[in-house]
Amino acid sequence: MTRPIADGILTDEHPPRLVGGQDRETGRIVFPMPSGHEGERFDPVPLAREGTIWTWTIQRFPPKSPPYAGPQPFEPFAVAYVELPGQVIVESRLTGFDFADLACGLPVTLTTLPFGETEDGDPIHTYAFGPAQ
Amino acid sequence: MSKTCIIGIGIHPFGRTDGMTGLDMGVAAVRSALGDAGVEWRDMRFAYGGSDAAGNADTMVSRLGLTGIEFINVKNGCATGGSALMAGAAAIASGKADLGIAVGFDKHPRGAFDPKPAEWGLPDWYGETGLMLTTQFFAMKIQRYMQRFGISAETLGRVAEKSFRNGALADHAWRRTPVDLDTIMNAQMVSDPLTKYMFCSPAEGAVALVLASEDKARRMGVPIIRLESAVMRTRPAGSFEVFAPSVDIGGGTATATRTASHAAFEEAGIGPEDIDVAQLQDTEAGAEIMHMAENGFCADGEQEQWLAEGRTEIDGALPVNTDGGCIACGEPIGASGLRQVYENVTQLRGAGGARQVPGDPKLAYSHVYGAPGVSAVTILSR
Repeated sequence: MTRPIADGILTDEHPPRLVGGQDRETGRIVFPMPSGHEGERFDPVPLAREGTIWTWTIQRFPPKSPPYAGPQPFEPFAVAYVELPGQVIVESRLTGFDFADLACGLPVTLTTLPFGETEDGDPIHTYAFGPAQ
Repeated sequence: MSKTCIIGIGIHPFGRTDGMTGLDMGVAAVRSALGDAGVEWRDMRFAYGGSDAAGNADTMVSRLGLTGIEFINVKNGCATGGSALMAGAAAIASGKADLGIAVGFDKHPRGAFDPKPAEWGLPDWYGETGLMLTTQFFAMKIQRYMQRFGISAETLGRVAEKSFRNGALADHAWRRTPVDLDTIMNAQMVSDPLTKYMFCSPAEGAVALVLASEDKARRMGVPIIRLESAVMRTRPAGSFEVFAPSVDIGGGTATATRTASHAAFEEAGIGPEDIDVAQLQDTEAGAEIMHMAENGFCADGEQEQWLAEGRTEIDGALPVNTDGGCIACGEPIGASGLRQVYENVTQLRGAGGARQVPGDPKLAYSHVYGAPGVSAVTILSR
């Protein structure tokens, strides 16, 4: 069974949602949900699946490994900040777009993306936003 | 409270120097600054400085002289040099000392800057999935800015073209060959909309500044270049900064730069319209564009016209990055902010040679920006 790249980043439902953290005092939402001591003043909150591209770029060269652990050989990928209305703007990979079509304001929907495997051979997935569904 | 004066400047050329460590370059810059000021190491009452990745600055006492000097290592990312300068200015303002030195140096190999998520309070997956790159951040910040305020890709190209043209005129610059606009625009794309000529590279270099109280400087009979303000700020709420997995809704307008700039102008009692020459953080061409507005020199969007009219050229209304900035000099993190101050002192002294700003400049501005959202600004007067 495929596993998320980190615990607590996505909800267990299908399809999953991203999990943010909501500051109990101020209501401010951040992503990801802070862990450890920092997380004590936050409540986990599922984030909207639908949003719009706030800004974007293409990662055209392979990031340094470590920390990068993406698939080999490297293929350029799109990255964006996605505005989830009324919640927060999250940084994410994009998937399923022609690079030439990318623009600020484009509607997108959360999906997942295969991202290598664990030492035991289980497939790993990360989150990404694709064209609006 | 005494104002701080900069009475000596020294630099080890930026770029790549095989066979010299970062510390070697730091020592060379200190000796050069002492010589420029006409003072000796034993006269120094304090030394503050550091590097990001080239070792402990205070070990240079074994080379410069075991005078027992108070030497505090500073390590504050891109604001390392600015922080050392601020500490020196505070020591002088307090009356504790009237003569000392600030130094910054670094030596980064090609392709350096591979930050580890845990050191920035971020989860491992952020780095593993390829989101933790400063190049991406700057590309996305200018991408949004261009769409919002009508900045063209060609304007980004014009910034880089100016950087290389100015760098060709600066002895301490690394990239000293002009590059034409077509070459810049058609070069390999690194992170859209930025091509490879629009980015600065990790580099090597060192800068030292001899600082004195104004009384001391007057007694020594040296030209008075006064530090009117030196301010460092961290990111405000709602800002969009390097290494941020999320941004607040409605965020992205407030920045560490805006906060630092505002405070620096207030401290100096002047406004952006009074500045004669400015060195602005140009990690890439878009950063120079955005930092022109964030530091108050123009409104958002006016950069398109400013660049087309050449207003930031050496002979323009507001010369920006007169030594080619980070794009031409490269970025040795610990030295970069002090290089800007070095260049400003050179300009205020009228010693810029082929790159001298005309019209006898009196007020000079410098600005650095770095992860995770820090900015340092200085204003100098003559």
